[in-house]
Amino acid sequence: MTGPPPAPPSGSRFARSVWLVLRKDLTVEVRSGEIAYTTLFFAVSCVLIFAFALVKEGRAPEGGAAGILWIAILFASTLALGRGFERERQAETLRALLLAPVPRPAIYVGKLLGIVALLIAAEAVLLPLVAFLFTARLFAHPFWLAGIVLTCTVGLASVGTLFAAMLVRARSRDMLLPVLLYPVVVPVIIAGVQGTAALLQPTVDLEIVRFWLLLLVTFDVVFVVLALWTFEAVMSD
Amino acid sequence: MPKWFSPAAILCGLMFVVSPVLIARAPDEAAMGMVYKIYYYHMPSAWMFLLAPLVCGVSSAFFLARGRPEDDRRAWAAAELTVLFGALTLITGPLWARRAWGTWWVWDARLTSSLVGWMIGWAYLILRRYGGPGSDKLAAGVALFGAANVPFIYISVNYWRTIHPPTTVVPRLPVDMGVPLWFCVFAFLLLFMLLMTMRLRLEVARARLDALYVAHDE
Repeated sequence: MTGPPPAPPSGSRFARSVWLVLRKDLTVEVRSGEIAYTTLFFAVSCVLIFAFALVKEGRAPEGGAAGILWIAILFASTLALGRGFERERQAETLRALLLAPVPRPAIYVGKLLGIVALLIAAEAVLLPLVAFLFTARLFAHPFWLAGIVLTCTVGLASVGTLFAAMLVRARSRDMLLPVLLYPVVVPVIIAGVQGTAALLQPTVDLEIVRFWLLLLVTFDVVFVVLALWTFEAVMSD
Repeated sequence: MPKWFSPAAILCGLMFVVSPVLIARAPDEAAMGMVYKIYYYHMPSAWMFLLAPLVCGVSSAFFLARGRPEDDRRAWAAAELTVLFGALTLITGPLWARRAWGTWWVWDARLTSSLVGWMIGWAYLILRRYGGPGSDKLAAGVALFGAANVPFIYISVNYWRTIHPPTTVVPRLPVDMGVPLWFCVFAFLLLFMLLMTMRLRLEVARARLDALYVAHDE
């Protein structure tokens, strides 16, 4: 007599669930391109508006590139986060996702990785654009830049994914997402701006860059742990 | 109201009447003269501003874990006190800074993280007001991030270069400066407890009224 196949160990089940949620989001996005194109267009528009406003006689304001880059990413991420969950709500798939026999934190991590992937794709276009428009030496230390960009994006997306998921059934969610998100992620954005600005100095002090990078890693750990626990609790109804 | 409320309210009122006398009698500071004396109200309100989001965050964590409405009410009341004491801190601080530093505001770690904590308090209240049904759990999630900011506010002066005095100032105060300070701290703590009690009582009454409406409709 043969019984049911043995359940996979919980670690690999978790990773598989994360992968399935991530693959679903990426497949939907690759087919529609809705969030990627709108987010990218919005972020590029932001950067261009800043360039029109601030670049005078071919000269960009000193140290302005880092701030403008992260403001554009923050605004664009709000758009991506809101739309990412609005899609689940309209298609009534959020309930199905929550009813699926997978750990709730796996759904959160899958969604988070999807948002991070989208934002990284947008940043791949934004970084050269900002470097070009503001004559900023962004790529002088590419590995440090990649570290700052990745950790800042994860910090921003970890809180954003949680809040967007929480607000999906709330009244006036479009208005509330930036109201809740911006105060909480201000420390992450400050660290991202300062770390990026340190990389733009004529003589780069890598100790300063390392300090901001470590702070970003700390924020990421605290925010992801808090969000994992909160997601389970607030999405239980 | 609990039996202790009226005597505590009278005591709190008396303490706030007496505190200016004690502050006036405290010696002037060597460098800043009498300007530093706003510190006797600034620091206690700042401590309450740190206590309130901690109460809000811990109560919210209990609410998310156990789902009991009294935890949610406590969190809501504490969020309002975060905004109130945050406003006092952010008004008294710049008044002192204008004379001591020559500027109303600097974007250092302590001031920025305090402003962020105050904004998270506002975000919590806006969500409660406009979030509609289910906003209690959502706000509890926000409150956890507000509480996580508190240790950052506290240690920020010790890890970043800033002109804000570090946390080591208080234990080193001479007795004639320390006595008025601790007097004011207890006055503010009492005020915190009284406001919290009043606010909780209001929420309990509101919940009872809602239950009566529902019972009447049925």
